[in-house]
Amino acid sequence: MDFSPILISLKTASLSIVITFFLGIACARLVVRLKHDKLKMVLDGILTLPLVLPPTVMGFFLLYVIGVKRPVGEFFLEYFGVKLAFSWTATVIAAVAISFPMMYRSARGAFEQVDQNLVHAARTLGMSERKIFWKVMMPLALPGVASGGVLSFARGLGEFGATAMVAGNIAGKTRTLPLAVYSHVAAGNMEGAYQYVAIIVVISFMVVVSMNYFTMRGSVYGKRKRRREP
Amino acid sequence: MSLEVSIRKKLKGFYLNVSFAQEGQVNLGILGASGCGKSMTLKCIAGIVTPDEGRIAVNGRVLYDSEKKINLPPGKRKVGYLFQNYALFPHMTVEQNIACGFGNNGGGKAIIEELLGRFQLEGLGGRYPGELSGGQQQRVALARMLAGNPEVILLDEPFSALDAHLKEAMQIQMIKSLETWKKDAILVTHSRDEAYRICRDLMVMESGREVAFGNTRELFRDPKTLAAARLTGCKNISRIRRLGDHQLEALDWGGVRLMSKDEVTEEIRFAGVRAHDFHPADGCAEMVNRIPVRLSELTEAPFEMVILFSCGAQAEHEIWWKVSKPDYRGIPEDLSVAPEDILLLRE
Repeated sequence: MDFSPILISLKTASLSIVITFFLGIACARLVVRLKHDKLKMVLDGILTLPLVLPPTVMGFFLLYVIGVKRPVGEFFLEYFGVKLAFSWTATVIAAVAISFPMMYRSARGAFEQVDQNLVHAARTLGMSERKIFWKVMMPLALPGVASGGVLSFARGLGEFGATAMVAGNIAGKTRTLPLAVYSHVAAGNMEGAYQYVAIIVVISFMVVVSMNYFTMRGSVYGKRKRRREP
Repeated sequence: MSLEVSIRKKLKGFYLNVSFAQEGQVNLGILGASGCGKSMTLKCIAGIVTPDEGRIAVNGRVLYDSEKKINLPPGKRKVGYLFQNYALFPHMTVEQNIACGFGNNGGGKAIIEELLGRFQLEGLGGRYPGELSGGQQQRVALARMLAGNPEVILLDEPFSALDAHLKEAMQIQMIKSLETWKKDAILVTHSRDEAYRICRDLMVMESGREVAFGNTRELFRDPKTLAAARLTGCKNISRIRRLGDHQLEALDWGGVRLMSKDEVTEEIRFAGVRAHDFHPADGCAEMVNRIPVRLSELTEAPFEMVILFSCGAQAEHEIWWKVSKPDYRGIPEDLSVAPEDILLLRE
């Protein structure tokens, strides 16, 4: 069995989740703080679009941006000597683009569910906005944010369409697990596909279980039982 | 100490328009039904919500002025806010919660210990809010609020989240605390009891507007307007026709003639009688202000009888009578009311 797809997939998913996680939280915070309702709606629409577009269409857009003859792609090639399209970097870009909306939406939902009175209380107590975000919003939204992260990781791991479009299916270089499954089936090698399928199923199952763990833990603080007034 | 508030804000369904000024130690209650804009008024003073226009000043310090484009952020207003559900941070211990009251510098161990002692929270510093009783939670919220040494404290329905048996004890404690802190305080409530017990002055609000303002006891004794009478809990109100300086005809109570102690001026349109102010008139023929009534409903509360009568030709009007059990001697055929207990009300 060729282990390179497993390695490539894990590497891609690991790097992309780091980018997605922080980018998603930052965008969620930005949108939650927006006061202008229409602007909020439009921005939210743009940030959520990758979730509803077919991944191949996202791949198409990405190619338009990072292709070697395109501004960004050309810039990277000329100044850094880095070829973005059809490289391992492209698998990360594709995974980030596709998994971003899940992270963004989970984080946004989690922030919006934090009791606004707590934020108001923090403001009247004179806490700075930065402190309110890190000391109040983040800890209370953490279960939702964490489960969003886990879900995005899984989504990045399973990314197929956009990756095939911008990174191709180069064995040992950009062939991730889903692409390896596809290649084996296309070549009529069902035996080979089974192994990769099994690995994907195992990893995905672990992801769902860990997500349930995060959400179930929820936000129960303190272990002692509630006491009555003496 | 002075407080000056004048705010206007468009809200869903109504227009909030209140202004009042207080000199000396402020101890003001705002009484109104839920959704009348009383909490919104507090939120505007605290800076959580920005009014459309107006001016808010505490001790001459301007917190908000729409003309001069001044709008201090909540943290710079020196205004303490006690939220209805206390808004304690559930993921922080009692100590950490109180430390937040010191804003960004966090206070110090010693000063937090001192606050814990002052609010009878010794030994609870390491607990989470979810592990405390309602009364303890309120004390934590008060300690956290006072940690920032605010000039004004705003209490938003502070007792509504408490169990009934705790409520009265906490109210008594609050009266004592307000006396010791010597801080300006505004309390918002929908409970007449709370307002009457705790607040020296009272503003009665209805759909965003002030309908009465004055000394609390005075206001309950003589509400002056129909809306104020209703909101201070006057159950029986009748349209009237003026007959003389101290005489009126109660149109909704079978057209009986009543004598009032206060003068019936031209602008008086209604008369009100509180449910406790009626007396049974049976057996004493000389009693004034008799109203013939028929029983329609009788319910028993723990310490009083609540009796609903009907009156008028078609029994179309209701009269509520509340009487404590030791004074209850059965259903009378006539009720009477003393001339000084008749509230004369304007529109």
